[in-house]
Amino acid sequence: MSEPADLLVVGAGPAGMAAAATALAGGLRVVLVDSGAAVGGQYWRHPPAHARAAIPTDDLHHGLRGYRALCEALSAGRAAGRLELRLAHHVWSAVREDDGFAIHVVDRRRAPQETAGVLRAPKLLVATGAYDRQLPFPGWDLPGVLTVGGLQALLKGGGVAAGSRVALGGTGPFLLPVAAALASRGVEVVAVCEAAHPSAWLRHPGPLLRNPRTWAEGAGYATALARRRVRFRPRTAITGAEGGDRVTAVRIASLRPDGSPRPGTERHVEVDAVGVGWGFAPQLDLLVPLGCALTDSADGNAVVVVGGGQRTTVPGLYAAGETCGVGGAALAVGEGRLAAESVLADSGAAPAPGPKRLAGVRSAVARHRAFARALALAHPIPPAWSSWLTDETVVCRCEEVTAGAIRTARAEGGADDHRQVKQLTRAGMGWCQGRMCGPAVHCLTAGQRGYEPAERLVATPVTLGALADLDP
Amino acid sequence: MSEIVVDGESLPFTEGQTVAAALVAAGRVAWRTTRVGRRPRGVFCGIGVCFDCLLTIDGAGGQRACLVPARPGMTVTTEEGDDE
Ligand SMILES: Cc1cc2nc3c(=O)[nH]c(=O)nc-3n(C[C@H](O)[C@H](O)[C@H](O)COP(=O)(O)OP(=O)(O)OC[C@H]3O[C@@H](n4cnc5c(N)ncnc54)[C@H](O)[C@@H]3O)c2cc1C
Repeated sequence: MSEPADLLVVGAGPAGMAAAATALAGGLRVVLVDSGAAVGGQYWRHPPAHARAAIPTDDLHHGLRGYRALCEALSAGRAAGRLELRLAHHVWSAVREDDGFAIHVVDRRRAPQETAGVLRAPKLLVATGAYDRQLPFPGWDLPGVLTVGGLQALLKGGGVAAGSRVALGGTGPFLLPVAAALASRGVEVVAVCEAAHPSAWLRHPGPLLRNPRTWAEGAGYATALARRRVRFRPRTAITGAEGGDRVTAVRIASLRPDGSPRPGTERHVEVDAVGVGWGFAPQLDLLVPLGCALTDSADGNAVVVVGGGQRTTVPGLYAAGETCGVGGAALAVGEGRLAAESVLADSGAAPAPGPKRLAGVRSAVARHRAFARALALAHPIPPAWSSWLTDETVVCRCEEVTAGAIRTARAEGGADDHRQVKQLTRAGMGWCQGRMCGPAVHCLTAGQRGYEPAERLVATPVTLGALADLDP
Repeated sequence: MSEIVVDGESLPFTEGQTVAAALVAAGRVAWRTTRVGRRPRGVFCGIGVCFDCLLTIDGAGGQRACLVPARPGMTVTTEEGDDE
């Protein structure tokens, strides 16, 4: 692409793909950047294009027709010279400039070599998705304990299962596709421990009933799991993992309504891998330093404030997908489309011609949002989850800070949020910058207050060597 | 099948896999030792967020195994015993 771009899109998941495709359809010049080796994001994670035959994963996917249509739109945009696709490019910072935005990227196509660069455009859309939200428990730092998303990413991206006898635990509908995917690869899924009770769904039936496709997908998993005799255990949790060099067993307990283990219900189950996840945490690293307003969402996460057209509070900056609240791939696609329509309108371009009218997309997005909210309320983090912890349980994996140290920082140091705990204990100061332990440390110290993620000035570590080579 | 070299021993992988996927396919889920507690660590989040899977690739330290695609002949060193 020789002429300057009209729009930068960071993240080529369902939201970023849909946004780029829509902006291209409306005639804009687009740069689409993703750190991954292929487009698709988490939901449509694929091995790189040249490896699809050696690592077959189509059977693990849903909605591949939509994915392929978006891929075709992107290919056409590249052929027309209006889309620049930058894969294996990590954006480590995004800044406002006089006439738009600059994003700082590290090109890791030849990793571990890296080259730094800067890309500019008048408009920026951030669709960086989310990552698994974690709650610590004794033994969660043992090898073989992974996030549920991590198990899925290894399967969808690399065709490998991380174990042969696996227990899954946490909360939320995402446990089901991962159980089904593992089972389809011959893994024995010994238990799916869902902390919530299915009856919680009945408290907000409206939005659930208005999303029949989601019901159908859920019913599909239920059938697949029943066929493979996978035990789904509502109102239970993995409260501990045991082992030496690798996890060898989990402790599973029934939960009281507040989420504390029912005494006497604990049982040992032998496993060689575990997957845990408590919903997702939006990836806001690029958005927080740009200064856009955040708000609390029903699942306890901070999310970006966007209006109906996915505009953030910063002019020229748009957000779509799970940065605006966790809600699944269909919502992400709709939001991506709406965001791009706003970019078109704000750039003075005509709306993108397309099969689906804008009003239809808007109402689908509203329906999916209501559904996501109902799901979040039905799958809360159990209030008494910290009763699983012992003083020795590691909470901050990077700096190896224990629950005992954090409790002391609160009781004796007066720390009442994750920032103060960080100063007193180093929790959240390591490589991951509190991405893994932040929500847990927040719950342990700040109680019911909303969680505000730390501001991280660098979204991915970058070597000084790469920066030194950068042309000014 | 292509191969990478991990701590001096060759490890086969399927083209398209990351270094982490290649190690997991060979049954290894841990390859690092933590600084304070000397505890084994390896793959956890699988998407580049947690930094548990760090190792050295072709001499460059602090690489996330879950993000770097394996390439034939790549030299991987584990057991840095250090996070830095
Ligand atoms: C590990 C994992 C696995 C998942 N698997 C499934 C599944 O199998 N089924 C399901 O229903 N849901 C799954 N989800 C839920 C998923 O988050 C959403 O349903 C959906 O993918 C959200 O779409 P999105 O476009 O908002 O974000 P994502 O799909 O997360 O896409 C965001 C993209 O942004 C890129 N990115 C982020 N930060 C940067 C940066 N700084 N620089 C460059 N690129 C960046 C990422 O590489 C990613 O490709 C998974 C989530 C996770 C975390």
